[in-house]
Amino acid sequence: MSNAVSTAPRATARIKESKQTEQRKAALAWLTLPALFFFLVFAVIPLVGVLILSFTSWDGIGAIGAAGMDNWFSVLADPGLYNALGLTFLIMIVSWLVQTPISLLLGVFTAGSQRYRAALAVLYFLPLLLSSAAVAIAFKALLDPNFGLATGLGLPFLAQDWLGVPQLALGLVIFVIAWQFVPFHTLIYQGGVRQIPKSLYEAAQIDGAGTIKQFFHITLPQLKYTIITSSTLMVVGSLTYFDLIFVLTGGGPGNSTRILALDMYLRGFRANLMGPASVIAVILVVIGLVLALFLQRLGGKDKQGSQLEGL
Amino acid sequence: MKQPQTSRRSFLALAALTPFAVAATTACGTSGPGASSANGGASMWYLSGEPNQTTMQKAVDTFNSANSADKISVTYFQNDAYKTKIKTAIGANQAPTIIYGWGGGGLKTYAEANQVEDLTSWFEQNPDLKNKFFPASFGAATINGKIYALPNQYVAPIVLFYNKELFQKAGVQPPKTWEDIMSLVKTFNDMGVAPFSLGGQSRWTSMMWLEYLLDRIGGPEVFKAIFEGKPNAWMDPAVIETGTKIQELVSADGFIKGFSSITADSQADQALLFSGKAAMMLHGSWTYGSMKKAGQNFVQDGKLGFAPFPTVAGGKGDPKNGVGNPAAYMSISSKASDKEKESAKKFFKDGILTETVIDAYINSGSVPIVNGIEDKLNTSEDKAFLNFVYDMAKNAPSFQQSWDQALSPTAAEALLNNIDQLFLKSITPQQFAENMNGTLGK
Repeated sequence: MSNAVSTAPRATARIKESKQTEQRKAALAWLTLPALFFFLVFAVIPLVGVLILSFTSWDGIGAIGAAGMDNWFSVLADPGLYNALGLTFLIMIVSWLVQTPISLLLGVFTAGSQRYRAALAVLYFLPLLLSSAAVAIAFKALLDPNFGLATGLGLPFLAQDWLGVPQLALGLVIFVIAWQFVPFHTLIYQGGVRQIPKSLYEAAQIDGAGTIKQFFHITLPQLKYTIITSSTLMVVGSLTYFDLIFVLTGGGPGNSTRILALDMYLRGFRANLMGPASVIAVILVVIGLVLALFLQRLGGKDKQGSQLEGL
Repeated sequence: MKQPQTSRRSFLALAALTPFAVAATTACGTSGPGASSANGGASMWYLSGEPNQTTMQKAVDTFNSANSADKISVTYFQNDAYKTKIKTAIGANQAPTIIYGWGGGGLKTYAEANQVEDLTSWFEQNPDLKNKFFPASFGAATINGKIYALPNQYVAPIVLFYNKELFQKAGVQPPKTWEDIMSLVKTFNDMGVAPFSLGGQSRWTSMMWLEYLLDRIGGPEVFKAIFEGKPNAWMDPAVIETGTKIQELVSADGFIKGFSSITADSQADQALLFSGKAAMMLHGSWTYGSMKKAGQNFVQDGKLGFAPFPTVAGGKGDPKNGVGNPAAYMSISSKASDKEKESAKKFFKDGILTETVIDAYINSGSVPIVNGIEDKLNTSEDKAFLNFVYDMAKNAPSFQQSWDQALSPTAAEALLNNIDQLFLKSITPQQFAENMNGTLGK
């Protein structure tokens, strides 16, 4: 009897509660509307537009005509596409290999609370404030083989034709990208390191683990999701590197830095071939989606799971 | 019960938000200079950079103060950026009333898409205006027998410039033949001076070499066939020989170290010539004016030499033939309102190439494309150069328009890309010809 009495109000309470969460969920649903609206207008509609354009021939000015699969066949048969694809992946992989260790270590370093570290961090983050175009113009001027820094300082070994020799130009592009983006990833890692509870390190210290052991057994595993986030941004971001390379080399010398995004732009807006350019845009979207999904999977199914069990 | 409520709310939210979003997106669309001519008058886009920007601004100011109902509003853009911007703007129906350009293949694209006004009958009604210009300047403005643009500005042939001081020091004469060029390359390299300056990253700068070489080797007919899209026109042996000569010159270190990372927009190529780091430079005649301005007193002290492009043994081309830009061009957007079109035409008639503007061009070392300026040229302090250019414009048996402007934008981009690779020696002259042959008719 007493049981029956007590369950009744509890049941109504539960109904009330579920009603409330449902209402809250409904409220949340329409809070996403502005974002959805912008996603639709600026992402979905252009995406569909590009997909449609990839089956047409259009010079960007005149009438749009149907082209069937012509653009797809011509682009897929073009060695230029595979050159651009290869370069894109090369820059992506090398950039990741260069940037990840540097920004991880810098992130750990700047996460410390010492004053001098904070002062150095400000210097490290400076490139974040500069636009890609400005960075590219500055490096171009500094590296000019005849009027650049090397001539100014009288350092002949620096006076290489940095942007004029295909291999050097590619290496230089990777270097400048790293120079610009390492600060950003350092910031992400700095935040990640600061989230790690002090008690973990204290416990490790009691167990007699040194700094290096602490780094490999606490810091690195705790940064798992930070590494995945930073890598996703690096990998997907490197698909869209454009402004920096466009200003620095314009894709040259020859085609040695003509990555996919640049290839798309040059085909579309220089050569007036909007159809083939749209094909490349679609390819870019597909590669980006696949890579992003793959990296999310790396995080494991228990992505929601805690890394701090037992604390 | 709940479901419809949510969707009604979301609908209301959407309805409330839509106007803001639309306002935000359309604001981006209309803030461009293309739509700035609402109060009568016409809008115009023009290239930034001196001395032309000041000359144009003065001409517009003068016109505007005399014609308050037809005011021209002008916006300036950098050369290479403008070329892309204007195409995009025209495609999006956001073009300014007055479209600046280079005639030829680009203008043809606009004309065939009915984006620019046919000015043929207007020129017939204004014979004085038509007769004011060099007849040859109408060539690149004429598509299928109709005139789509007003020629203006000045004629700009490509000229072989050289540093007289360095030539004196080496005790040599400017080259007259291709053999002379190759021996001068050796002389200057031994002296530790680069033989030729070149802004290779801009690519159209390298193209000027091919334009002259092909003319001297095969005559103007070879490119004419290419321009007309005749089958296998690029496979002409003269094209292969041109490519071979270019790579010979590159292999002999004919061009300054690092030429493929130098851009023309930075004017570093000109600085190399006037600072004595390079002995010669093949470039447009407009660089005379900019070197006069930037090169301290290099031009004023008579240290800048100029010569026609050398001949090639066994070649068919007349050594008097020229290449370059016969003029600059201005078209009227067919999407503009009638009022805007009228203002633009008035500006074409009364505002451009007035006496003041003609004098300004001559003072900056250029030859405006108007008849009867011989006296003015002869009294100018730059008369030697001006007469040299004038003579080429007036007497050249063939004056070939720059290839990247004459060809369609699609073929031009492929051309520039292949020229870049030819200069890098990453393709052979044979491959160059084959690659280009694939673009015929595109």
